[in-house]
Amino acid sequence: MSGSGAAAGTNLDQGFPGTAPVVLRERGQCEVFCGLSSIVWLHRKMHDAFFLVVGSRTCAHLLQSAAGVMIFAEPRFATAILQERDLAGMADCMEELDGVVTRLLARRGDIRTLFLVGSCPSEVIKLDLHKAAERLTRAQANVAGHQVKVLAFSGSGLETTFTQGEDQCVAALVPELPRAPAGERNLLVVGTLADVVQDQFGRLFDALDIGPVQFLPGTDTRAFPPLGDGTSVLFAQPFFNETAGLLAARGARLLSAPFPFGVEGTLGWLAAAARAWGVSDARFDAVTAAPAARAQRALIRYTEVLAGRRITFLPDSQLEIPLARFLARECGMELVEVGTPYLDRRAMQPELDLLPAGVRLVEGQDVDRQLERIAADRPDLTVCGLGLANPLEALGLRTKWSIELVFTPIHGFEQAADLAELFARPLIRSARLKV
Amino acid sequence: MQLTVWTYEGPPHIGAMRIAASMRGVHCVLHAPQGDTYADLLFTMIERSERRPPVTYTTFKARDLGTDTAELLKTCVQGVHERFRPDLLLVGEACTAELLQDQAGTLAKSMGLPIPVVPLELSAYSRQENWGASETFYQVVRRLLHSQVPPPGSAPRARAGGHRPTANLLGPTALGFRCRDDVTEVTRLLNAIGVDVNLVAPLGASPADIARIPEADFNCCLYPEVALSVCSWLERMFKQPTVKTIPIGVGATRDFLREVGALTGINVTAARAAQASRLPWYSRSVDSTYLTGKRVYIFADATHAIAAARICAEELGFQVVGLGTYGRELARDVRAAAERYGIEALITDDYLEVEAQVAELHPELVLGTQMERHIAKRLGIPCAVIGAPFHVQDCPARYAPQMGFEGTNVIFDTWVHPLMMGLEEHLLTMFRGDFEFHDEAAPSHLPTSATAKAQPVQTEIAQQQTPQASAPSVSPAPGDPLAWALDAERELKKIPFFVRGKARRNTELFAAERGIQLITVETLYDAKAHFGR
Repeated sequence: MSGSGAAAGTNLDQGFPGTAPVVLRERGQCEVFCGLSSIVWLHRKMHDAFFLVVGSRTCAHLLQSAAGVMIFAEPRFATAILQERDLAGMADCMEELDGVVTRLLARRGDIRTLFLVGSCPSEVIKLDLHKAAERLTRAQANVAGHQVKVLAFSGSGLETTFTQGEDQCVAALVPELPRAPAGERNLLVVGTLADVVQDQFGRLFDALDIGPVQFLPGTDTRAFPPLGDGTSVLFAQPFFNETAGLLAARGARLLSAPFPFGVEGTLGWLAAAARAWGVSDARFDAVTAAPAARAQRALIRYTEVLAGRRITFLPDSQLEIPLARFLARECGMELVEVGTPYLDRRAMQPELDLLPAGVRLVEGQDVDRQLERIAADRPDLTVCGLGLANPLEALGLRTKWSIELVFTPIHGFEQAADLAELFARPLIRSARLKV
Repeated sequence: MQLTVWTYEGPPHIGAMRIAASMRGVHCVLHAPQGDTYADLLFTMIERSERRPPVTYTTFKARDLGTDTAELLKTCVQGVHERFRPDLLLVGEACTAELLQDQAGTLAKSMGLPIPVVPLELSAYSRQENWGASETFYQVVRRLLHSQVPPPGSAPRARAGGHRPTANLLGPTALGFRCRDDVTEVTRLLNAIGVDVNLVAPLGASPADIARIPEADFNCCLYPEVALSVCSWLERMFKQPTVKTIPIGVGATRDFLREVGALTGINVTAARAAQASRLPWYSRSVDSTYLTGKRVYIFADATHAIAAARICAEELGFQVVGLGTYGRELARDVRAAAERYGIEALITDDYLEVEAQVAELHPELVLGTQMERHIAKRLGIPCAVIGAPFHVQDCPARYAPQMGFEGTNVIFDTWVHPLMMGLEEHLLTMFRGDFEFHDEAAPSHLPTSATAKAQPVQTEIAQQQTPQASAPSVSPAPGDPLAWALDAERELKKIPFFVRGKARRNTELFAAERGIQLITVETLYDAKAHFGR
């Protein structure tokens, strides 16, 4: 199945009559976070990692605004703010950075991996953070008893949209993965998952006799899973374009599957691994039937609320297409418009195949025109970023904040109903309120 | 490079956005990359604004850098003009665009739009949010009033007789602390003595309103961070006097009335003496004796920090042990205020420095911003928020001004509430081993979620800078072998936790000064006798 993405993409561009959604492309103001915001959940997942953004006060302000709810948590991220003297060449940026990193690491003995995170300004002034990371790793190796790996990736808004920050971060980890002996099989699940979800999937793979299974990123950044030509990769999230390329280049086989949202998505996702491991249909059904049935029972309560309701997705987290598929096919919602920041055909083809015919799919964004369409369409629910939610509510429209979808465990059978509940809650609330 | 964990102020273009979002008929175009649009959520989430801030971003990406970002800006400006039809357009650059040197403001100005276009030079790498707000407000006012400036040497504009005097209230903005309610309260205060409000700006003002600024008899500079430069310019150009007292607190509100009275010739004696504030009586009532000498730490914007220090010292009977601000523009005023309380002001925008000082000073109450709430929670110290930056819970639905007499009532309640009630504190001292009253027990009127005692969730950074804060039973500074005897340590534990830190420090100081190396129960009580409570 690996390597079929490009061909499928070409086919789709030529059009599958009757089934392929028409993709409208829009260009204008994009109302999305940049990749730096991924740090908010990445630093909670990787317990021994520190994220040092090399950027401006805007970067620091974005991080604390996006992480507003977490302000009481211990921060394992910070910003090295570029100042006028750095830009005017009065200070050597690299020397300054060395100083900041040395001070930081001296204070934080618990840090095993330090990510230097590039930003818009650091990219424009062409600060080479990869080179800095290599140098700093060497320098740290000289400090006895305190081995810290320094890596670099970009979270800049010039290059990345919101969740793509996680793609860049994981891509920076790929070269660190040890080479697996030739022919030795393993399953690598890529994408931050809540610990509870990771354990659930682990049990299912065990029952299916699929393994060994490793998850990336993990809580311990020094325990890297092996990677080789016997590695099969399942993506738990749809935004791993860069990582996918690097993994394929190392000989891994990328499994093509829908994403594990809802019962159907989870079944399809597990089935991709099952096929790769030659698990019999009978075995697969025996393992998945009970949890799938339980998830379907749990879903009923919310499908009653959601069925027939109309929903619009603004482009934001890249989860729009898989979630639209789940809400349309399992919850009976009507898709008014599905926006996506960019369309990664390789990752999305299995999802596109499942979308209802004729859905209005929009790639890119012109937020003002999109809001005009929402005002005209008046969907029952709009999925959007935090900046737009209250203004839409003030127009009498119900909304769901998209950022909740990356902070909440929503993958797999046991979370299918929780996922539906996130969309049902604004509608239930609206029905309750008499003011 | 400056290492920053949390930042008090945003970058300067956030200040420009605050001016645009405050006004009517104004739109702001920001030359900025994708991602900078996060700033919209400050307005729609923290202040629950029902409309998007009137700001359009060019959201350029890497691929645009290779082509023509200047052209993108022009297309964006043209589109904004056609779509939003503003009466005035602000054009500025966020940090990344400043590096591109597209000269966004100048470029937009040259487009020949039929509306005033105000270019903004925001200096993203040396300035911050409040400066950006002040500069933007100043540029807007100058642009709209320059044609009205009288020739040098002209007499102040003559007012028509028989009218009540009028004032402009300058400085309130979106995302300013309690601005909405302060405007209502100050308007009431002025109306009550016979002064009408000509206009409020920037909050709620249109460009046409700004053009009416010179019609007022005087300006009230309510928030100097935003309005001081405008007020000074109006003084110079229009001979329009400024009332500079900020009416936060009973004394300051009375001073404000006196200043307005002196300027307008209105007799304000009755208004000053009116029983509009309950604070003086509440503060004199016997229950408040437990507030006496409470050690309070204050850190915020200059306006609110200076006002808070005066209220604490003169109106609540607290002891101000620390005073500081993150705003360098008004640092001198804060330094002068601190001198009045015999302390040295802390001027810094480094949150870690503030945290270290709070830990070192062991205050019993912290008055600050959202950041100090964060610090105080970690250190287990009661806290109230007195200024920006603040969080959604500090933007209350109810009427909760800081200014005027009603503001003093709000302040009394808000600042006293986090503290232990008087009798409760005494009971704790009396029955320190009580199974219900113990270290972990929070004030009984506060929810149990707040009972988590001084959580040592400090970062390594904090611990490094504040070894005293979490020091175990022995505090052996190198070359200074100071130890606690076991029974003294046990006796110390019987002292209520909220004064225990102070008792420990006082005792250690007492011992160190006398060269005592082992602290015994006797030393503990000798020190207590020496220092008093």
